[in-house]
Amino acid sequence: MHRKWYGSGKHQDEILPSNTYRVTIFSHGDPISGFFSHARMNHARMSQHRPPSPSQKLLRTGRPGLSGLLALACALVLLLITPALRAQDWVKTGTGLGVEKVRLAVADFKPSSSDPQNDALLKTFNDTLWNDLDVSGVVELVSKSFYPLQVPGQPVDVNIPAWSAPPPNAAMLAFGSFGVAGGKLTVQGWLYDVKNTASPQVLGKQYTDTPSDDAARVIAHKFADEIILRLGGGIPGIAESKIYFVSDRSGKKEIWVMDYDGSNQRQVTRLGSISLSPRISPDGSRLAFSSLTKTGWEIMMYSVDLNRLVSFPHMGGTNLSPAWSPDGLKLAFSSSRGGSPEIYIADANGANLRSMTANKGPDVSPIWNRKTGAQIAYVSGATGLPQVYTMETDGTGQQRMTDQGYAVSPSWAPSGQFLVLAWIRKYGPGDPGALDLYLMDIASKQWVQLTHDGGRNDSPSWAPDGRHIVFQSSRSGKEEIWMMLADGTKLRQLTFTGRNTQPNWSWK
Amino acid sequence: MFVLAVTLGAILALGACAKKKQPPPPPPPPAPPAPTASLSANPSSIQTGQSASLTWQTTNATDVSIDGIGAVQANGSQPVTPTDSTTYHLTAKGAGGSQEATARITVTQPPPPPAPVAAAPTDEDLFSQNVKDVYFDYDQAEIRGDQQSSVLGDVQFLNQHASINFTVEGHCDERGSTEYNLALGDKRATAVKNALVAAGVGASRIKTISYGKEKPFCSESNEACWQQNRRGHLVYQR
Repeated sequence: MHRKWYGSGKHQDEILPSNTYRVTIFSHGDPISGFFSHARMNHARMSQHRPPSPSQKLLRTGRPGLSGLLALACALVLLLITPALRAQDWVKTGTGLGVEKVRLAVADFKPSSSDPQNDALLKTFNDTLWNDLDVSGVVELVSKSFYPLQVPGQPVDVNIPAWSAPPPNAAMLAFGSFGVAGGKLTVQGWLYDVKNTASPQVLGKQYTDTPSDDAARVIAHKFADEIILRLGGGIPGIAESKIYFVSDRSGKKEIWVMDYDGSNQRQVTRLGSISLSPRISPDGSRLAFSSLTKTGWEIMMYSVDLNRLVSFPHMGGTNLSPAWSPDGLKLAFSSSRGGSPEIYIADANGANLRSMTANKGPDVSPIWNRKTGAQIAYVSGATGLPQVYTMETDGTGQQRMTDQGYAVSPSWAPSGQFLVLAWIRKYGPGDPGALDLYLMDIASKQWVQLTHDGGRNDSPSWAPDGRHIVFQSSRSGKEEIWMMLADGTKLRQLTFTGRNTQPNWSWK
Repeated sequence: MFVLAVTLGAILALGACAKKKQPPPPPPPPAPPAPTASLSANPSSIQTGQSASLTWQTTNATDVSIDGIGAVQANGSQPVTPTDSTTYHLTAKGAGGSQEATARITVTQPPPPPAPVAAAPTDEDLFSQNVKDVYFDYDQAEIRGDQQSSVLGDVQFLNQHASINFTVEGHCDERGSTEYNLALGDKRATAVKNALVAAGVGASRIKTISYGKEKPFCSESNEACWQQNRRGHLVYQR
């Protein structure tokens, strides 16, 4: 992030001397494409090694007659469940969740001083590091109950076979030391490939900062991201990303921000009105949102650097749901200044306003293809119930993506390949269905349902790694912010106070 | 006689001698001072609904209370609003006994208010009595047939009161997304405005605003409540 969220302490990190900086087996020339090809290869290889299914066994060994019928029945069942399996495959491949997960042991860091501050800060550090790696989706953490009793704090302490052999049976080991001394916090962290006894060191880092809870968290995030970058196919981790959202906990709906793991929640706007739809700019410097002013709903612009509102022209009519182009130069939003809510595009300062749609129904919630910047997805009620559409950024090529029901709140994946959207697929009298999140492959319009656990699920937003999605859900009884992996697993509730809605994940 | 005198003298001498030898007895403790207390009310006469201030001072008291108020500090003051004439009774207790004080507040009925003058209803009153809201179907922003009579009634009133300016608020039920509902509410408000303008109400008198599902009239999750929330709500503009 461009911005420091902790204290005023000077922050440094440096690479520890290492002549065995082994990253070649994990890194790829082009992180995305290299990664995807790796993932597909991986998938193909796994298919080859898959043990024969019961029906295949039957087909090979069974006698004609009853067993033939059985085989037919099994084949039918397989046919029925195969689409779901295939869907899971493309989700995992496309989101980078299909890589075989590395078994990683994360030893609690060892205190390297007896400063009274040390215990509390070390706990923050260990908890944060563990959580970052646990939710990353790219490693399988080895349960701490399997760890050797001797936990290393330095490379000389590492008993490699004790980690690589069962019970831990780890492929990788993260460990290090943590100490406050002379008003300075020093953290040394290593990542070891414990299957490679000759040159195990993959990573060695040292961080220093002024001791504080924030600093302990930030250093844990930085070290976690270094590990995830190396073990997750070269895609940078998200541990230092932010999530903007709407909260009513101050009595009014205002814009708030938190760390991606739910810590550090703080209020951004204090307008005392209703502020909605926060959208952080790609560089993280400006926050666009919609707020009810004396003259109606207008797009507002907040400078994160200056910590105050900056001017943005009032458009008249109802102006909603701003969206940044991936180059940060343009904003798309919904405006009824011409009579009906349509999608408009303007420069980031509000100039050069032009309308993109001209429908009978309300058009709202635009989102750019953040990979190409050349298409926009949006919601339109042109044919009755709202549906998700895509179009080119000049308004041509409008294409309906959803075939039925009530479809809203699209968010475009960083890879450009997917939309995630909120959808009541079966809407109708006596069949109200549920508002759930769906992942759609844009090219094929194939979809897979991501949430199944009740409540209204809405306002999804992709993490910059394309592996995580943050959204709002009422499953706990009231609207709160949740995050999950893009295949619907690893659900985490991030907010607990007041009603919290419309999360927007920072671009990096 | 002599014997008696000698005996008496001896007794006295012995007594004097014995007295000299013994330490003087401690002086008897002084009797604890009796508490004092005073209580006053200011003013001592009020009208119903007004307040008066009770003020009290005590000395040498460890336990001070006022009937109807309870335990109080040794010195203090407190506003009271009796509804009827009341005698306040303070008791101050201390080691030296107890002391009481009273103060009376006389409450008189206020003079009857002047007979209310029948005020002419304001434009705002007439507006809220006569103008009806317009209700919508789910996900619709078109004015349905059964709402035309409301629109006609509104037009009649608004054309008769041409000086009234007003706002049409578009509201939606709680289902669906925040953003889509705000856009839908905008369409509903505009639909009501257009119907009024088409029937001759000046467009410059009408503002529109969408509240989407931000300010529901009813907060239950059932169709009766949702219908209450799907409306164009007409609001008098001061």
